[in-house]
Amino acid sequence: MSDLKFIDGYPEYMYDSIKIVEKTRPKRIGKLPAQMTPQERQDILQLCHPDYAPGGKRPLRVGINRDDIVPNRLADLIEAYPLVSPDDISLQRVDYETDILIIGGGLAGTSAALLANDSGIPAEGILLVNKLRHGDANSMMAEGGTQAADSPNDSPVIHYIDVMGGGHFTNKSDVVRVLVNDAPSAIQWLCNLGAIFDRDEEGNFIELTGGGTARKRMHACRDYTGMEELRVLRDDFRSRNIPVLEFYPVIELLTDDSGRVSGALLWGLETGEYKIVRAKATILATGGFGRLHIRGFPTTNHYGATCDGVIIAYRAGARLRDMDTVQYHPTGAAYPQQIIGLLLTEKLRTSGAQPVNARGDAFVFPLEPRDVEASAIIRECYINENGIVTPSGMRGVWLDTPLIDILHGKGATERSFPGMVRMFKRFGIDMVKYPVLVFPTLHYQNGGVETDPDGKTNVEGLFVAGEVSGGVHGKNRLMGNSTLDCLVFGRRTGIAAAEYARSQRGGTLSLEHVRKYIEMLKEAGISGTRKSPILLPDYRGKAVLARMIDVL
Amino acid sequence: MKDIMDEIARANESVTTGIGEETIQHWVKIYVLGKEHRVPADLTIMQAMEFAGYRFIRACGCRAGFCGACATVYRKKESYKLLTAMACQTRVEDGMYLVQIPFVPAKKADYDIEKERYNVSVFLKYYPEIARCLSCNTCTKACPQDIEVMDYIQAAIKGNFQKVAELSFDCIQCGLCAIRCPAEIVQYHIAQLGRRMYGRYGMMKEKNVEKRVAEIKEKKFDDEFKEIMSRPVEELKRIYTEQQLKREVY
Repeated sequence: MSDLKFIDGYPEYMYDSIKIVEKTRPKRIGKLPAQMTPQERQDILQLCHPDYAPGGKRPLRVGINRDDIVPNRLADLIEAYPLVSPDDISLQRVDYETDILIIGGGLAGTSAALLANDSGIPAEGILLVNKLRHGDANSMMAEGGTQAADSPNDSPVIHYIDVMGGGHFTNKSDVVRVLVNDAPSAIQWLCNLGAIFDRDEEGNFIELTGGGTARKRMHACRDYTGMEELRVLRDDFRSRNIPVLEFYPVIELLTDDSGRVSGALLWGLETGEYKIVRAKATILATGGFGRLHIRGFPTTNHYGATCDGVIIAYRAGARLRDMDTVQYHPTGAAYPQQIIGLLLTEKLRTSGAQPVNARGDAFVFPLEPRDVEASAIIRECYINENGIVTPSGMRGVWLDTPLIDILHGKGATERSFPGMVRMFKRFGIDMVKYPVLVFPTLHYQNGGVETDPDGKTNVEGLFVAGEVSGGVHGKNRLMGNSTLDCLVFGRRTGIAAAEYARSQRGGTLSLEHVRKYIEMLKEAGISGTRKSPILLPDYRGKAVLARMIDVL
Repeated sequence: MKDIMDEIARANESVTTGIGEETIQHWVKIYVLGKEHRVPADLTIMQAMEFAGYRFIRACGCRAGFCGACATVYRKKESYKLLTAMACQTRVEDGMYLVQIPFVPAKKADYDIEKERYNVSVFLKYYPEIARCLSCNTCTKACPQDIEVMDYIQAAIKGNFQKVAELSFDCIQCGLCAIRCPAEIVQYHIAQLGRRMYGRYGMMKEKNVEKRVAEIKEKKFDDEFKEIMSRPVEELKRIYTEQQLKREVY
C-alpha cells in the first residue's frame, strides 16, 4: 500500500480522478440534478438500500414482537440469553434507592435529569447511570444541527408534514406533533442555559435546510452541534450535583410482581461486581446500535452503541416498532482507511457540496432523504460501476467540498466545519482544495421501544427517550430531528417520570421476567451460547485473539 | 443484490472486526506503557493497540475525535519532546513511545449561571487559580485541537467572554491542558463557564424563536394541526409532495 505514490494525501490514481471532478466543476456550479419522483425514490430503495437486499433480516421467534422482521444481527441479540443467570444474583441488598433512574447520559438522558429536577425531584432523588463516561454517546458527535420551525416563513405544521413524509408516513402522528411543537422551546431552553448557536450579524439564527426538509430550520453550532448542546446540559447537570455513575452498564431491568419496571441490575465494567438499583420510575435513554455493524457496514456511532436498551427492555415486555429499518448515512468517510465510516455531515451538502462520480457527473440531487441518497450512492458504485476504489478495497464517490468556498466565499468551509477540516488535515488531506471520498455508513436506529407523546412505553414504570425510542421518525429519520428528539422527549420524560414517581412507592425487585424470557428462548430451541447485551464491540487483532486465554 | 452486500462487508472488514496479519505489508514498532508491539504501519494508535490485543474500557469513546476520551501523550524516536494526540485520529509512527491519559482529576466548580454577574469576577470566584497563569503556553502546546488555550485564559482574566467563547469552541475537554499546566489551572472547565456566560448574557435573545414560542403557547397552530391530522394518508402524501417541490434549497 505504501508503494503507491501520493499527491496531497491521495494516491496518484485518485488524484487523477480529482482532476476530472475539477474539470466538470464549472458547469456543475449551481446546477443540480432533478429531485426524484416518489416512484423513482421507491424504485431505488428497492434496488439498492441495504434494508431491502435479501438475506439480511428474519422474523423474531420470541417475545411481544414475535414474527416482526428485524436485521439478523439484531435478531441474534434479541434471541439471546442474559449475561448472568438470575440464580447468581442476590436482590436482597439494594445499593441505590432513587425516585428516577435514568439509563444513559446522552442528550436525552441529561435533558431528562434536568427537567426531573426542575419538576421538583431533588437531586438526590435522581440517578444517572452510564456504561462509559457521562457524555460518551452518539449525541456528542452530532454535527449538522437541530430542527425547529421558528422562522417567520415556517411553521410547526410544515415541519410536521416534513417529518411524516420523510418517515414514509409510518410515524406516530401524535408523537410527531409533540416533536415539532416543542422544538422552538427546546432551542430557547438551550440558549437560556448558555448554548451558542450560529447567528448572523443581526443576531438571528443562521438556519440551513436539510435532506427532505421544506424550509431552512436547522440550528447549528458550527459542526459541533451535539457537542455544544450536550456539554452545556452536562455542565448544568454537574453543577446541580445530581448523582451519576460511570462504567456501570445496565445488563437487566428489574420488575415487581405486577411486571412494572422497579429498578435495574448494573454491572461494573472495571470491577466486575454488580449493583442493584431500586427506582420508582425508569427512563431508558441508551441510544443506538451502530457498533453492531449491521450488514457489515462501518458506522458513525460511538464505541458503546450496542443496542443494550432495546434488548433489556424487550425482556421486560416492551413493545418495539420499526426495527426493520436501519438508517445508513449517505456520506460516511471512505478514505483514508483510518476514518472509514466517520460522519461527514449532511450540512456539507446543504452548503453546496455535490456527490460526483468517477466521470465527474453529479448523479443525484444532493438532498434527497437519507435512505434515497444512500441508495443512489450504492447504485453508482456497485451497479453503474462509476465509483472510485480505494487501496483498501472500499468503493466511494466524491463529495465535491471545494464548492462550499466557491459558493459562500473563501474561508466558509473552515468557519462552518472546523472539526472536519481539522480531521482531514490530520491525515494529510485539504478538503477545502480537494473533494473527499464518501460511502454510506451505518448511522441511526430509526425505530426502537415504542413511545407515546410523553415518553411512556407499554410497560408501567418504564419511559423512553432519544434514539432508543420508536415511533417519532417512522421508518426514516430526517437530519436535525435526532438531537431534537433527544431534547423534546428527554425533557418530556423527565417531567412525566417525575409526576409518576411522586405517585409511587418503591416496588419489589425481581428478575422473574428474565426467567420467563429464558423459558421462551428454550421453547423456541435457541442455543444457550448466544448472550446479550454485548456491551462493547471487539476489535482485537485476530492473531492475538487466537492465542488468548482467560486465566486470572 | 446480496453479492453487493457481501462485497461491501468484505471491503469494510478492517473497521468492523479485528484485523488479521496476512495482508499486512508494512510494519512499525510502537511502545505502549513501555512494552514493544509490532503493528501495521497504516493504523491509528487506537486501531494499533486493538491489533496488539488491548480491548478498551477506558480511553475509548466516540472514535472520531469529538469526545476527548483517548488523550495520548508520546515521544518520538530520538526526540526529547513530549507530544500529545487523540489516539483515534493519529497514525502510528515507528518508535512511538506512548501512554494514555483517560482521566484528569480537574475539579469543576458548581454554579447557577442565572445567579452570576456578567464580568470577570465569575472566573475569579470559581477558579481563583486562573490568576496564577504564567503565560508559559504549555497548555496551547498540549492541545490536540490547535486551540490557543493560553489566549483564551488571558481573555478570561480580562473579562472578554466573547473571545473565550470563540477561541475555545472546538474544545473536546480531553484534559491534556490541565494535566500539563504548572499553575494547576483547569482550562477546559474555565472555558465551559465562559462559553455559557457568553451564550446567556453576551448574545442577544433571538427574536424569532421568542415569538414562535409565544405563538405556540397561544395555540396559534392548533386548528391547522387538527385539520392536517384529520386528512387521510393519500392526501397527506399529495400535500407533502407539493411542499417538497416548493422547498427552500440553499
